[in-house]
This record gives sequence, C-alpha cells and structure tokens, in this order.
Amino acid sequence: MNYHKFDAVIVGAGGAGLMAALYASKSANVAVVSKLYPTRSHTGTAQGGIGAALSNLEEDHWQWHSFDTVKGGDYLVDQDAADIMCRDAIETVLELEHMGLPFDRTPDGKISQRPFGGHTNNVTKQPVRRAAHAADRTGHMILQTLYQQCIKNDVQFFDEYQFMDLLVSEGRVAGIVALHIDSGELHVFHSKAVFFATGGWGRLWNITSNAHSLTGDAPAVLLRKGYPLEDLEFFQFHPTGIYKMGILITEAVRGEGGVLINGKGERFMLKYAPTIKDLASRDVVSRAIYLEVAEGRGVNGQDYVYLDIRPDVVNKYLTEDGKTNPDGSPRSITAADIERKLPDIADFCRTYLDVDPVTQPMPIQPTAHYAMGGVPTDVDGRILMNTDNTPLPGGFAAGEVACVSVHGANRLGTNSLVDLVVFGKRGGIAMAEYCNQVDLPPLPENPEAGVQAEIDRLMANTSGVPAAKLRKAMQEVMMMNVGVFRTDQLLSEALEKVRDLKKQFANVYVGDRGKRFNTDLLETWELHNMLDLAEATTLSALNRTESRGGHARDDYPQRDDVNWLKHTFIWQDGDNYRFGYKPVTIINYEPKARVY
Amino acid sequence: MRVTLKIKRFNPELDEKQHWEEYDVDVEPNDQLLDALNKVKWYDDGTLTYRRSCAHGICGSDAMVINGRNRLACKVLMKELGKKVTVEPIRGLPVIKDMVVDMEPFFAKYRAIKPYLINDNEPPAGRERYQSVEDRERFDDTTKCILCAACTTSCPSFWANGQYVGPAAIVQAHRFIFDSRDMARHERLEIMNDTMGVWRCRTVFNCVEACPREINITKAIGDVKKAILEGGVGG
Repeated sequence: MNYHKFDAVIVGAGGAGLMAALYASKSANVAVVSKLYPTRSHTGTAQGGIGAALSNLEEDHWQWHSFDTVKGGDYLVDQDAADIMCRDAIETVLELEHMGLPFDRTPDGKISQRPFGGHTNNVTKQPVRRAAHAADRTGHMILQTLYQQCIKNDVQFFDEYQFMDLLVSEGRVAGIVALHIDSGELHVFHSKAVFFATGGWGRLWNITSNAHSLTGDAPAVLLRKGYPLEDLEFFQFHPTGIYKMGILITEAVRGEGGVLINGKGERFMLKYAPTIKDLASRDVVSRAIYLEVAEGRGVNGQDYVYLDIRPDVVNKYLTEDGKTNPDGSPRSITAADIERKLPDIADFCRTYLDVDPVTQPMPIQPTAHYAMGGVPTDVDGRILMNTDNTPLPGGFAAGEVACVSVHGANRLGTNSLVDLVVFGKRGGIAMAEYCNQVDLPPLPENPEAGVQAEIDRLMANTSGVPAAKLRKAMQEVMMMNVGVFRTDQLLSEALEKVRDLKKQFANVYVGDRGKRFNTDLLETWELHNMLDLAEATTLSALNRTESRGGHARDDYPQRDDVNWLKHTFIWQDGDNYRFGYKPVTIINYEPKARVY
Repeated sequence: MRVTLKIKRFNPELDEKQHWEEYDVDVEPNDQLLDALNKVKWYDDGTLTYRRSCAHGICGSDAMVINGRNRLACKVLMKELGKKVTVEPIRGLPVIKDMVVDMEPFFAKYRAIKPYLINDNEPPAGRERYQSVEDRERFDDTTKCILCAACTTSCPSFWANGQYVGPAAIVQAHRFIFDSRDMARHERLEIMNDTMGVWRCRTVFNCVEACPREINITKAIGDVKKAILEGGVGG
C-alpha cells in the first residue's frame, strides 16, 4: 500500500484549497492533493473582480454588500454567513494585496474598483464600484498569488493525484484514497481531517463556462457515502457566454458600460430591470435573454443576443443614463480602455469568434456557470451531516463545492472569489485547531479496496458504449430540461433520461486498458460522479415547487416564502433519495419582493 | 470538413520509442484543435492522452507542438491548420505518454527564481500598500503568464542546455523585479546573472512567437539584462 500520513489533506488546489493550505499549514502538517497542477485550477479563469466594500472610489459599506448578497440570493442566503463574508472581505482583499496581488490602481495608488451586477449603493439603488480587479484576469492573479505564497511557505503538494474516496472510521474522517495519475497506483492518505475544495460541476451541462475538470468528484462521493448535499436545484446560468461555446464573457463588460441588445436593436434590460438595467443580477438577466429569444427577438431569429461594448454605443447610453466618474465628470469609454481593462475578453472574441469587440457586438447566450448549492457547511467550513447542524468530525469544505450558504438562490458576481478566500481561510484555521485537539483515527480495514473494486468493475467490460456518448446525452438533456426555465414535465423527462443513462453506464467501455496516465478511465469515473449529481439535481429541482433566484419554474412562477423559505437537503439511500429542510437564517433583512 | 491528425504517440507500457499515428476526423472550421483531439479520444481511440482543463487558453494545460509551432490546443482553430495537422509533445521535457510530458523540471526552474513577493516590512494596517498606476504598469505584461511552458520548450538555448532557466522563469522573475513593492530585486538579479541565467538568451524570438498570452518575452528578458548591466547586482 502506498501510504502517507498527515494531520490534514486538502483536496483541490484552487483559491479555497490554497487559502486553506496557507492557514492550516501554520500549525498542522498538511498535504494538498489535486488532479491538476495547482495553477491549472478553475479559480484562474475568474475575470472581472472580487467584491469588497473598500470605498476606494466612492462611499460603500460592508453592510450594503451583505444586503446586496441577500437580495441577489433571493432571500435564501443565511444572513449570519453573508455578514461574515462581506465584513471579512475587506481585510482579506487587503491581505491578498499584501501577498503581492497586482491589483489595478486608482490615480492615488489604491486598489481600483469597478461596478458589477447587483452591487449597489443601498441608498441611491445605483451600481457601486465594489469589484476590486486586476484587468479581466482577477482570478488568475488570485490563483497565482496564493500558489506563490504556498511555495514561499513550503506547502506540500501532490499534483495530479485524483481524489477517489473519503475514508471514515469510528464516525470520524480518517483520510482519503487518491489515484496517482502517472503511475495509476492508488495511494492512501491517512489524516485527522480532510478539506474539500474541488469546485463546481458545470460539466453536467452542454453549454458551460466550466473547465473539463469540473465534474463534482467530492460531492458525488459524499452523496454515495450517505452524506447530504444542500440546495442542488440552484445552479447559476451566467447570462453572457460566448454563443455555442459557453466561454465566459465577464460581467465587467457591463460594469464598464456594455449593454445587451436584442435582434431588433433594443436595449431590452430596460424592460426587465428599469433601475439597474444591464447590471441586474445574473438570474434576472439570463431569464430576460431567454424570454427575448422565445418571443422571436433573438439576433437573426437565432437563440442569441448581442453584448455590445463598442465605444460609440456605450457612450450613447452612458450619456442617456447620466453616468459620471467619481470626480463628477461624465463617464465615457474609448477603444484603448477596452484593450486595457478587458484584454482577455478582446482576445477571446478575436480568437474564437473572429469578432473584434471594439468594432462589433459579441453574440452571447446563457452558460452553465456556478453551483450555489453543494456540501453543507457552517461558517468555519465544517461539513454538516444533517439539518440539525451536526458536523462530520474532521470533514471540512469551502469554495464552490460548499454551501454555507452565502449565495442562496443566486450568486452575485465577484462573490465566488470572496467566498473562497474568506471561507478557505476560516476553514483552514478551524481545521488546524481541530487537528491539534484530536489524535489520528485508525484506518478502516483495506482502505483502498472499495475504490479498487470500482475500478475493476469499470475495466471489466471488454466492449460497450463509450463514456463520451453517455456524457453528451446527459449534458444535452440537462441543458434543455434542467436549465434557465423548468417545468414538472421537463424535469420528469430529464429524470427518466438520466436514470436510463445510469443504467447504460453499466455497459460503459474504457478503451485505454493501461495503468499509466489513463485519462480514459478517469473521465469514465468522472461521468459516474456527474450522473449521480445530475439525478440529485433534477430531483431537487422537481421537489421545489416555487421560483426563486436561479430556479425558475414556469409552472410555479412565484416565490413562495410560506412553504419554501428553507434550504433543501438531499440524501442518496441506495437507489432512493430523501429530502430534509433547514430554515434560512434571517437577521436584518426580512424577505421582500425583489426588484432591480 | 475532414482533416487528418498526424499525432506523435508514445505509450510507456507498450512502446520502445515514439511513433506517428494518423486519425481522420470530421471537424467544424471553428472547432479548436482540442475539440478534434477530444473527438479522437472520445469516439475513436481512448488511449490518446493529453492534458486539458479550461479549454479557453487560461489554465495552461495543453501546450503542444502543432504544425511545428508551440501553441495551446484550445487556442488554435482548425480553419487555421489545413487538412493535415501534425501534433507532437512540447520539446525538451521527458515524455510520459503521448502529449503528456514531465513538467517538474519546468516548475523547478520557476521555483528557483523565488516566485513570490518578498517584502519584510510590516504591511500598513487596515489598508493596501500603495502603488502608482505607472509602477503597476511596468510589470503588467509579465503578470499574464500562465506557466504553460510553450515559451521555454520552444527555445533553442533550452534545447541545447536543459539547465538554462528559460524564458518562462525569466518572465516570472521580471514580474517581481519590476514590482515596486518587492525588496528582493538584487537577489533575483543575481540568480538571473548566473551562467544558466538570462545571458543564455540569444534573442531568437521563438518564445514571443509561442506565447499564447502574447507577452513580449524578449522585451522582458531585455529589461532584466539591462537591470543587471545598470548595476542591479553585486550592490
């Protein structure tokens, strides 16, 4: 047996995992295990900014940020958690700067900030400059900076080791089993604690901004081991993905003045969000795009609309809206501003679309982007086993994989980065404290036997259906039926289809029969994870008979606070599932109608 | 359109040495080369092995030699490549399997330049370290690096001597040397002044051509050379 012993193992090396590693390794012996090289992690693709009420360019307060987060989440946000996140965001963003993060600067040398969807001055209701940014590669700079600090602090990495199983003994976490991708060997990491920071599972859908690696490995394993997942029905579709490809076009384009235009040349967000317009929260904008397309106002009768950042168009609307700079002068943008503030967006459009955003509008459609739900945790990253908040001893999670819940039914732009640094840090600190209080639990007997049996089963078929065929079918039905708008009928069809695919998965054939770097086997195993999450997501969506945030039911179009102001917990129990519910923590902001 | 991918293959469990295999595949003109490779892997030959993740040129996983040039498979479209496309692993790093190379020697060079902000002064309480827009601009270009290794593995000086730190590590050093908040300028310039440092660069410009982030690498190397000559070391 390939055996390693640590106080704690962190699974995933994106922003949450690295932040947890930096803090936990101050007082505990920590290993970071990732199926990628850390710098390949998906945090690196975040673009527009990280929200914090620094007030560098105009008045702002963390309480305003917290209210915006609660309202953006359609009142399903736990308000104690939102307060912690938005308060801690300020010191944590400053800490990132102190670590060396190259934020863009204001003329007086402070961290520069830009407007973003749903972030407002709570008095005037107008967009506020809250998103601290490094051009349109803020996530890249966060990931690089945190990895740099991990090198400086000698954090120990196991790169290209794929998490396969969580070990539990005597009711406590006892480590993980991981597959060393190069050799194909299983390794047992024996530890007091495990921290999941594996990100999301956007690859369940056909059109997604998510990397190929985002397959929900950790939540699927937890689900199969009998632990609950929370609020899976809330999955965000970002309004502006590149048409047909899903590659993200940051909300910062609209923050800088960009507008959405339908096939008739109309700025349609005026109808749906008269006050905040194109900077309404993402669920509102994605639904607006769907409705425009459904009513025949897509571009050229197709299923896309335009995102327009051309200076003449933007400046016309900035003037119409009376937008001003912090010094009171009228706001405007130039072609040079686009190249400087949005260089990657310009590059993506030129590379993938042959579109120059300086002179042409960008064709966009909503793209599967972010899991609001996930592994239930408390505000210190402790994994919860039930709706009574009983923690799983030694189990921690943060970042997209976790559901604290700070995003409720819809996440605000920039808050994913805030979430992963704030709760990555808090979880890392709590985990180190835990490790210093407990001894090492015994390993279960034959700890890798379960994983080995699963691999043997996958490799047993000598012919059959390729995983890619099943994956494509799953992604298509999830996109069509478990997308921006849902109905009982669409969801029931999807459930039937996903269950059929799960049956067909028994006949899956892995073409690569070798051990070393067998990514064919690993992609197949990842499909297994995604099918379980697809089933649980669809069931959760069927179960919630109301519309709230990112979960829009055509057959139940109203939010129903009487029956549904609560979090969903779902458990897998053999072939069956069961639900539980947990009240939303409400402190300062009573639910009210959500208008932008 | 139908294209032929001519791929340099190596399976460590079966092969003595690398060999070419050809695959015909139907693609759309706007498909990425990564899409074409995926079609082969998913529907034709599951043993074809390469790294990939974000699929839009940011994570840096899929640098390959494509029609003789170092590029990211997800950042080159089929319509640019013609009917016959050759695909090989990047050069100068040990091949593990097909396009997968051992990246550890590359990351060891990255770590050697101390790729982290060094500033022993206590940061100001409750606020950021200030930096002017002009000072921030000086190292903007080199912050874009995604460590894909396309530059270093296109460099004839690196092929000739694997001990050379290579363009990517110099880009990373530049990012800190020209950051007004960093205090280890001399230390890094000493590393760059080593015999395996910046002077091995013969300004062939392959790195500039290869960089998927369009970083002006030769300029960055020139900045570092100039800083050394202007007395940045030994002081």
